[in-house]
Amino acid sequence: MSNAPVNNGRRRFLTAATSVVGGIGVVGVAVPFIGSWNPSARAKAAGAPVEVNVSKIEPGQLIRAEWRGKPVYVVRRTEEILSGLSAHDDQLKDPQSEVPQQPVYATNASRSIKPDLLVALGVCTHLGCAPTYRKGDFDQEVAGVKDGFYCPCHGSKFDMAGRVFQNVPAPTNLMVPEHSFPTEDTLLIGVSGGEA
Amino acid sequence: MSFKLMDWIEQRLPLMDAMNKHVTQYPAPKNFNFFYVFGILAAVVLVNQLLTGVWLTMNYEPSGEGAFASVEYIMRDVDYGWLLRYMHSTGASAFFVVIYMHMFRGMMYGSYQKPRELLWLFGMLIFLVLMAEAFMGYLLPWGNMSYWGAQVIISIFGAIPIIGDDLTLWIRGDYVISGATLNRFFALHVIALPLVLVVLVFLHILALHEVGSNNPDGTNIKKPKGSVAPEELSKFAFHEQYTKKYDIVDAIPFHPYYTVKDLVAIVIFLIIFCGVMFFAPEGGGYFIEAPNFEPANGLKTPEHIAPVWYFGPFYTILRIIPDKLLGAVGMFGAIVALFMLPWFDRGVVKSIRYRCTAHTVNLVQFAICFIILGVLGTLPASPLNNMIGVVASFGYFGFFVAIWIYSKNEKTKPVPDRVTGK
Repeated sequence: MSNAPVNNGRRRFLTAATSVVGGIGVVGVAVPFIGSWNPSARAKAAGAPVEVNVSKIEPGQLIRAEWRGKPVYVVRRTEEILSGLSAHDDQLKDPQSEVPQQPVYATNASRSIKPDLLVALGVCTHLGCAPTYRKGDFDQEVAGVKDGFYCPCHGSKFDMAGRVFQNVPAPTNLMVPEHSFPTEDTLLIGVSGGEA
Repeated sequence: MSFKLMDWIEQRLPLMDAMNKHVTQYPAPKNFNFFYVFGILAAVVLVNQLLTGVWLTMNYEPSGEGAFASVEYIMRDVDYGWLLRYMHSTGASAFFVVIYMHMFRGMMYGSYQKPRELLWLFGMLIFLVLMAEAFMGYLLPWGNMSYWGAQVIISIFGAIPIIGDDLTLWIRGDYVISGATLNRFFALHVIALPLVLVVLVFLHILALHEVGSNNPDGTNIKKPKGSVAPEELSKFAFHEQYTKKYDIVDAIPFHPYYTVKDLVAIVIFLIIFCGVMFFAPEGGGYFIEAPNFEPANGLKTPEHIAPVWYFGPFYTILRIIPDKLLGAVGMFGAIVALFMLPWFDRGVVKSIRYRCTAHTVNLVQFAICFIILGVLGTLPASPLNNMIGVVASFGYFGFFVAIWIYSKNEKTKPVPDRVTGK
């Protein structure tokens, strides 16, 4: 034993092999620790679709629905608002809604299924605050645009189709969630038409 | 008998030796000034936070349903609960006051320069952990500002390309900030990060004692062995770890000389601390913000989201950049730049007393810009505020660019061999 020759090659191999196996073990042990931070089954179940009755929304009125704990804005837009949407395209970051912030069936001029009903997450795409609906006095923020959404946190501005204006921190238009109308007066948030 | 016991312990664990090495026979330069009290003050605040924190957990309920009510319970029904909570919340702000002063001291006297780079890095890590600690702690009362502040900060990680959205979902553990987020923040705030913090403080002090304290003159008080005449040597006995290799000049033992001086600073600090704690514990809305007196509401953002004052400078940098990813990069870049300060500064003269005029101007403008950024961070976003913020951000980052340029071939004043003053 005392005169045992040192076999450097074998020693290196054993050290490396032990390190690799140990390393794999560490990665394996990390899985439950990291995985436990994912949304729990209960949190996922709470993310179920939400039904809203839209028959009572007055023209120009905004109602808030709660879906997955986030505010969803449902606004009945007037003819005047709809016809004015295209007037300020040159001041928007993404007037044609090219960034996929909406389902394909809402990738149109009004970013909606029914032109008069805007359904959008009331979550600013900058850092997640809830933008304020500024009805009639939005022209204080953007000259010539009467209605829109103004984020109180960092001053991001969105028009009545949830499209973001230029030179504000928010990078993209407001998110339009998957939604559908199972009946004329019912809005279902969280599920696209044909699936439910 | 007791001596025998002490010997018995000493032979098995050299406690007295460690005490001598780090306290009673640690050579500290004799010319420390006002700015050298903030390290010990930070330690005092750390103890305060640990102690009051432990006591707060005894009545706090970490859940989305119970958190807000349990804080009200602590404030109204628990004997001295209000005092313990205000000690903790005032301590959080006090922590950043003394840490910012401590860091500024290091910048003034070049305490980050060779050979103290690692010491500076440990300090910066402490600063980083402290910010995480403060951010997570602010969510725990589950007030509406807690909620939306966390929403904003966690969303910053959403700016990372590709993995951003999944990462924020993973951090929150839910589709929105919820009880799940609150509970994990509680675990990190009271167990994980304090452990890391205490270890880092330990390493910070060990690293300091290995290279030795800097001083307002930036001179070296450890001279090569045998180079100093015996009558010039410091009259005090220092631990042989220091005297074996060096001749020590201009030094006094940390204890009792600086412990007694620090005691005075601690008393003055505690008077101010108690003044705030008893008469203005909300700090005029800057230490505890008004919207935090109503419970978290995921459907209603407070009119004006502002971070607590100590995050102001970094928050302003985040929001003046009109791009989500670049804003986040700018904010973290501001902290990374501080980390890298020992390598931005290529100068060899440490103290501001003997460096070029440009350096003084640069450091003063940096301090002013930092304060302006901090004030702006607590104000609403407006075009004028954003414009001032852009200018101040240029000042902040410009400091690092400028120091890198002029420190290469700097015209410095002659540095004295020994410390000035008596």
